[in-house]
Amino acid sequence: MMAARPAFPAGLALDAHKQLAAGLPIVELQAPAQVVLALDQGSGSMAQPVVAVGAKVAIGTLVARAGDAYATAIHASIAGTVSAIEQREAAVDGGRGVCIVIESDGTAAIDAALRPLPDLTALNPDELVRQLRDAGIAGLGGAAFPTATKLSAARTHGVQRLLLNGAECEPWVCCDDALMRSSASDVVLGARILQHALGTAECVIAIEDDKPEAIAALRAELAQQDDAALSIEVVPAVYPQGAERQLITTVTGIEVPSGGLPAEAGVICQNVATAAAVARWAQCGEPAISRVVTVTGSGVARPCNVRALIGTPLAALIDAAGGYQGTPMRLIAGGNMTGRALASDEVGLTKAINCVLVATSADLGVRLQAREAPCIRCGDCAAVCPAGLLPQQLHRATLADDPESLRRLGAHDCIDCGLCDFVCPSQIPLAHRFREARRRLRVADAAALSAAAAKARFERREQRLRAAAAAEQQTLDTVRSRAREGRDGATGPADGTG
Amino acid sequence: MTELLLLALGASLVNNFVLSNFLGLCPFVGISRRFEAAAGMALATLFVLTVASGLSFAAWQWVLVPLGLEYLRTLVFILLIAGVVQLTELMVRATSPLLHQLLGIFLPLITTNCAVLGVALLNVDRQRGLLESLVFGASAGAGFGLALLLFAALRERLETADVPAAFRGAPLALITAGLMALAFMGFAGLGSR
Amino acid sequence: MSPDAVITAVGVAAALAAAIGLALGWAASRLAPDDGTLVAQIDALLPQTQCGQCQFPGCRPYAAAIAHAQADIDRCPPGGDATVRALAALLDRPARPVNPAYGVSKPAQVAWIDEERCIGCARCLPACPVDAIVGAARQMHTVIVDQCTGCELCLPPCPVDCIELRPVPVVAARYRMHRAA
Repeated sequence: MMAARPAFPAGLALDAHKQLAAGLPIVELQAPAQVVLALDQGSGSMAQPVVAVGAKVAIGTLVARAGDAYATAIHASIAGTVSAIEQREAAVDGGRGVCIVIESDGTAAIDAALRPLPDLTALNPDELVRQLRDAGIAGLGGAAFPTATKLSAARTHGVQRLLLNGAECEPWVCCDDALMRSSASDVVLGARILQHALGTAECVIAIEDDKPEAIAALRAELAQQDDAALSIEVVPAVYPQGAERQLITTVTGIEVPSGGLPAEAGVICQNVATAAAVARWAQCGEPAISRVVTVTGSGVARPCNVRALIGTPLAALIDAAGGYQGTPMRLIAGGNMTGRALASDEVGLTKAINCVLVATSADLGVRLQAREAPCIRCGDCAAVCPAGLLPQQLHRATLADDPESLRRLGAHDCIDCGLCDFVCPSQIPLAHRFREARRRLRVADAAALSAAAAKARFERREQRLRAAAAAEQQTLDTVRSRAREGRDGATGPADGTG
Repeated sequence: MTELLLLALGASLVNNFVLSNFLGLCPFVGISRRFEAAAGMALATLFVLTVASGLSFAAWQWVLVPLGLEYLRTLVFILLIAGVVQLTELMVRATSPLLHQLLGIFLPLITTNCAVLGVALLNVDRQRGLLESLVFGASAGAGFGLALLLFAALRERLETADVPAAFRGAPLALITAGLMALAFMGFAGLGSR
Repeated sequence: MSPDAVITAVGVAAALAAAIGLALGWAASRLAPDDGTLVAQIDALLPQTQCGQCQFPGCRPYAAAIAHAQADIDRCPPGGDATVRALAALLDRPARPVNPAYGVSKPAQVAWIDEERCIGCARCLPACPVDAIVGAARQMHTVIVDQCTGCELCLPPCPVDCIELRPVPVVAARYRMHRAA
């Protein structure tokens, strides 16, 4: 059924630009001669290398393990030798990050340790989650959040609903659309496996109404499977419908509270591509070493979707789309709303990059020549904010450097969709400012925490010293009083104890 | 009852002491850069105005008039106001030392706030009773507080606005106060029959 | 005016003044000024390094001095300009850079003991205001990195200069701490 308006506040229907790449079959990209695997695959946390320079690896060999709950394990996507572990251009904050570089040896040797999942139902859910963690499965919707961490949190909260996110609301990006059309069976198998891992009773696959072919493909697949727990819900194509919290609100009516997790609200959301990756792992043991990427923009000759290996230099993806054409202005990893501009096309593909947008100035519109003007209080930003925030007030608090106001206005609830930035007539880079403000708030919070801890230790130390001094004073007093007694003629211990 | 209500309306809105009578401008411009400080000042002034009105009336009615010392009223009123302000300062210092620091010199300067003395003298001139004096004082304080809070909120907003250099600070503050006074002229005639 | 009238006038005024004075005196004895709250509020904004660069023996004495207007707000190098700004916002005073007379703001750092040169004299242990050095006489000493605030108080007592300060990168984690799942 078609919903007329999304349930979350505001949002904006954007010009999708998806027709360029969506209808074509997915191009299977050949393995490149060199892969550059960034230790930070986009989640913000770095993995820790477990191989040294010179090590021989096969496809699927573990090269870095997850150091904490927010990092993913990284596996070699080609067979060859580790030629370097060094700083390279990467799609992370700062533009550079430590990467493991592997040179191909020309073979397609697969690591002997990889095994398909024998029987879906035989595996204990905790064991399944552990194996997904080892396989480095991460959210392929753009955040590369470790799937196993999300599943563990969901199991702890006993969530009963799994929501598969096939909305793909961002303009230009259509890799999920292409995946759903061609691999609907993988998506459904993945949904089943995730259901088993979570113990959820129902699973809803949400798809935007501008993807009729994908909806038809999944409907056909579900009709074959005849599984009552799985269903499809068609949601209106309004940006940012595909944002986790907004999608949950539209499909279930639940508003995830500020500072809360979807798991605490009884729902867990997974991208359809993540589900498909889980299916691939189950079928042949393949860890997270490839993904579908949209290569598009007026700056490439033949926009298309490609399935590429993680670590493939983006230049190879652009070549697969016919190479550069015209005068591109920006190379963007992601869509035009939440993407990150890159300085070089030698950056290796990560699990987080769902689109390579080679944009000309026409694609990006007038924003490229933007000169910031003062806020005219038009209120357009508040009219479109999908999180129900007041960007105008947040902007004022950012200018006044007022952390208290920022927190009170919900700066941490901003989902970084970029709509306020997009509609601002004064061309104020709001999304960028808020990201910076949130970073400063987090640094300040961390500093306050460590200061509080230092203060507690200092006070305990002062207490200890005072107690020691008091005990010493008491000993002295006892000794002196006993010595006085001795002088006065009464018997007392002469051995100095006291 | 209606009389008291009209009296209150008049003192707080129609003849607002700051924006219509232009009394009490020193704290109005001086303490309005921060909203918290302005709120503290508004409460303090409200307290002083109410208590001082009552005490002034009592002193006038039961000490000065019976003894024929009407000409001492200015001196006596000032004495009483100074005492109330000092009491207020003691209370602020005991409850919120931060507010005490923020208000600084403006707290004792409530003594010299012409609005406070003005209210006391007006009560005497209009020969009001005790209840009327108290209501008049409290409403004047409420009106003063309202004007002060609105002004402080505006000034905090203007702090981060793109203001031409020549207008920054006091010039813009005075223009804003003038515009507020214009706006409050809209209340003229409210409550008249 | 008759002398009687003058005496009455003066007497009334004097009596009033005396009455007010007595009332205020009594009120002052009952309303003790609350010092602790402001000092605690200021102390909460300081970095708790307890380094003494502000010329006060710890963060709380400095906070008390600020509260009593005995010290200015720009004396804390470990807190840096951010702390001065926070103090300026709290107390409604103009913000300015840290006064270089009290030290230079350094990026986040922790102490590190060179184990090759440490002689186990245990002189650095009592110097640390937060007990971040672990060790005993004639045993190896080491700094617990998570607890070190970089105050540099352990450097002077060391007779072999085996302690040095190393920078710690400040990484703003991408995900906030959620309530324990």
